[in-house]
Amino acid sequence: MLDWWLPENVSTYGREIDWLFHLIYYITGVTFILVFVTMLAFLVMYRDRPGRKARYTHGNTTLEIVWTVVPALILVILTLLSVPAWSKIKMTMPDTDFVVQVTAKQFNWQVTYPGPDGKFGTEDDKTLLDEMHVPVNKVVRVILKSQDVIHSFFVPQFRMKQDAVPGREIRQWFEVTKPGKYEWPCAELCGFGHSGMRGWIYVHTPDEYGKWAAENLTTAAAAPAAANAKPEETPTKEGKAKK
Amino acid sequence: MSASSATAHAHVEHAGHHELGFVRTYIFSTDHKMIARQFLFMGLFMMVLGGLLALIVRWQLAWPETAVPGLGSILKETGGILEPSTYNMAFTMHATIMIFFVIMPILAGAFGNFCIPLMIGARDMAFPFLNMLSFWVTFSAGLIMLSGFFVEGGHAAAGWTSYAPLSAVPSYTGVNWGQNIWCISLFTMGVGSMMGSINYITTIINMRAPGMRLFRMPLVVWSLFITAILLLLALPVLTSGVAMLLFDRTLGTSWFKPAGGGEPLLWQHLFWYFGHPEVYILILPAMGIASEILPVFCRKPIFGYHAMAFSMIGIAFLSWIVYGHHMFVSGMSPALGMAFTVTTMIIAVPSAIKTFNWLGTLWGARIQFTVPMLNALAFVSMFVIGGLSGIFMASTPVDIYIQDTYFIVAHIHYVVFGGSIFGAFAAIYYWFPKMFGRMTNTALGHLHFWPTFVFFNLTFFPMHIIGVGGQMRRIYNPTQYEFLQHQQHWNVFITYSALLLGVSQIPFVINFFWSLFAGKPAPLNPWNANTLEWTAPSPPPHLNWGPTVPTVYRGPYEYSSPESREDFLPQSTPPVGAAGARRH
Repeated sequence: MLDWWLPENVSTYGREIDWLFHLIYYITGVTFILVFVTMLAFLVMYRDRPGRKARYTHGNTTLEIVWTVVPALILVILTLLSVPAWSKIKMTMPDTDFVVQVTAKQFNWQVTYPGPDGKFGTEDDKTLLDEMHVPVNKVVRVILKSQDVIHSFFVPQFRMKQDAVPGREIRQWFEVTKPGKYEWPCAELCGFGHSGMRGWIYVHTPDEYGKWAAENLTTAAAAPAAANAKPEETPTKEGKAKK
Repeated sequence: MSASSATAHAHVEHAGHHELGFVRTYIFSTDHKMIARQFLFMGLFMMVLGGLLALIVRWQLAWPETAVPGLGSILKETGGILEPSTYNMAFTMHATIMIFFVIMPILAGAFGNFCIPLMIGARDMAFPFLNMLSFWVTFSAGLIMLSGFFVEGGHAAAGWTSYAPLSAVPSYTGVNWGQNIWCISLFTMGVGSMMGSINYITTIINMRAPGMRLFRMPLVVWSLFITAILLLLALPVLTSGVAMLLFDRTLGTSWFKPAGGGEPLLWQHLFWYFGHPEVYILILPAMGIASEILPVFCRKPIFGYHAMAFSMIGIAFLSWIVYGHHMFVSGMSPALGMAFTVTTMIIAVPSAIKTFNWLGTLWGARIQFTVPMLNALAFVSMFVIGGLSGIFMASTPVDIYIQDTYFIVAHIHYVVFGGSIFGAFAAIYYWFPKMFGRMTNTALGHLHFWPTFVFFNLTFFPMHIIGVGGQMRRIYNPTQYEFLQHQQHWNVFITYSALLLGVSQIPFVINFFWSLFAGKPAPLNPWNANTLEWTAPSPPPHLNWGPTVPTVYRGPYEYSSPESREDFLPQSTPPVGAAGARRH
């Protein structure tokens, strides 16, 4: 019912988030309707009319117990149902050989690929500005850093969000199930350029990704075609592939 | 105010006290009722400012980068168009003002001061001088906060949460003195609120009238008692936090700056350790107010008095161990996140208990739809929506997606506007006759309530929708994002509703000032209520009652009791058969 509000989900764990979202939506929706119908009924039935006398009662212990225990049970069940998805998304790290480093700064995402040697901090690293290219159906590990203030890595369609905290390296992962171009905003206020701090994540088929990587991540790669939209505040593009 | 205070003077003389001068009566007054009025006026004035800032924010979100009407003369360089830094300042100051200088002064400051002594049968606060000091310190904090608008670089622009290191290093926001002033002001405000809370706690523990046992106290007093305890324990954490932040900014310390070995998350821990109890500081008095007003206009006892009191105590304890739910995706250990989910889900239970007990109070009642009652009912229903939307955030996986979106903005406004502000309106309409000795105008009250209720919902409910659509909070221009463009019409809709919500407050302003000077004089007990404040004259004189304070014989909600021929039985009416026996 709310599907048309949520953006399309294209990640593996997004399904679990959406399922929980809908579950809570229905539980709270039913509660909302019950409470409001009861309240409106009472307001109409027990409105002040001549001759009406209010019932003199101080409460009912059985009712108190019922409406303590029932919500408590529902909430405990919701907690338990939230555990598997949370531990899968944030507490486990699936094995993968695809690792990128994202260093946020005011007001860009700097995406570093390890290059052919597979190691970060070496000569052949490649850094792109505000764009990331990944293959579809592949676990992508992100090492998230920030060089100034707190930013937040948010990709609505991946149902992924994680703050980038200066002084920390936070490991995250996602796996996308559908090729495409996805908007990648910053979700934590990071200064006057916060709005418009936005990158694009290109999810390619394995073939396309191989082609892109060969053209861009090898040692003498040229700048990738300017396929991304123009971010507002991006200072200099300097050919995208710095260093 | 002058009219009401003139009457107060007459009573002061009557009670055998010498007349105080103008300054001691109106400005540096130690009378809890005058201090309450001072807090109320301060809060209402700041509400106008906070509301206008909100409308500026809304204008930008609906029609980005167009001139805001009326701002042309202030923002001369841009002709009234908001720049991103001005926009950040606007929403930062909107939240800061509304939370610290509107809701806290009105609910805890004004109604805490007014209700506590009058409803427990005390002649004044335990420490009247400290009480006066508390107001003037808070007032100075307000002035300091306002001065920030006039310094070079503008006011604080790092959000009301002022996350470090954005807030800790001036060059990150371009704001220098604005943020310093923000820190100094909140530090001062924290000191003022500490003075108030010590006073409230001492007064409630020590100065109750004969027979006023703890479990005969009105629920609003219970709520203010618990609020005061939370204030006493939570505000020092904020005051320390802002002091550390100020030191980072000005003295070169590195509490929160990683470059010097500091830890940005420390700020968040300190801030939310204060910040979550703070949410309950904002909502508990409103819960108390609703619990007070509902029985009066239902003409029946509150349903589950003890459950109501104990659920507030439960909230007070739990509020200390839920704060981590603000930090699920902050980089805090995910294992901790799970622990905070458990506590957060549990704290929903006392809120559910309260809601069901309010419904139980309506059951079998004889409901009188007066203006305070309508506002109290709005509080209950809007709080239900705010409570239910909170469950989405409590679930960590769902929170990954909705954290930092408009869903959160919708949630907090259902709680603090739908909850606290409707609670404040209910309290103002309910106690106005006692506070100022005059009745408010009922027609204007309806003209205020109904549009406010409608446009409140039209403003904030659609924020759930755009939040689920992914719109981030605190962005300057939603149309910069492709995935948000299809819902921009909602932003326009919300802004129209917000403007109308603003216009809906005009009847309130007219009603307030008109009633203050020309309202019908209020009788002793206009609502036929049971609690002690209605036994004092309207408005109560200095020291509240004549030679003796009332004696309490029963709980506060004996409406439609078989013991009484009328449908109410005041707390201070001696039981049948004992009439007069214990009068002196």
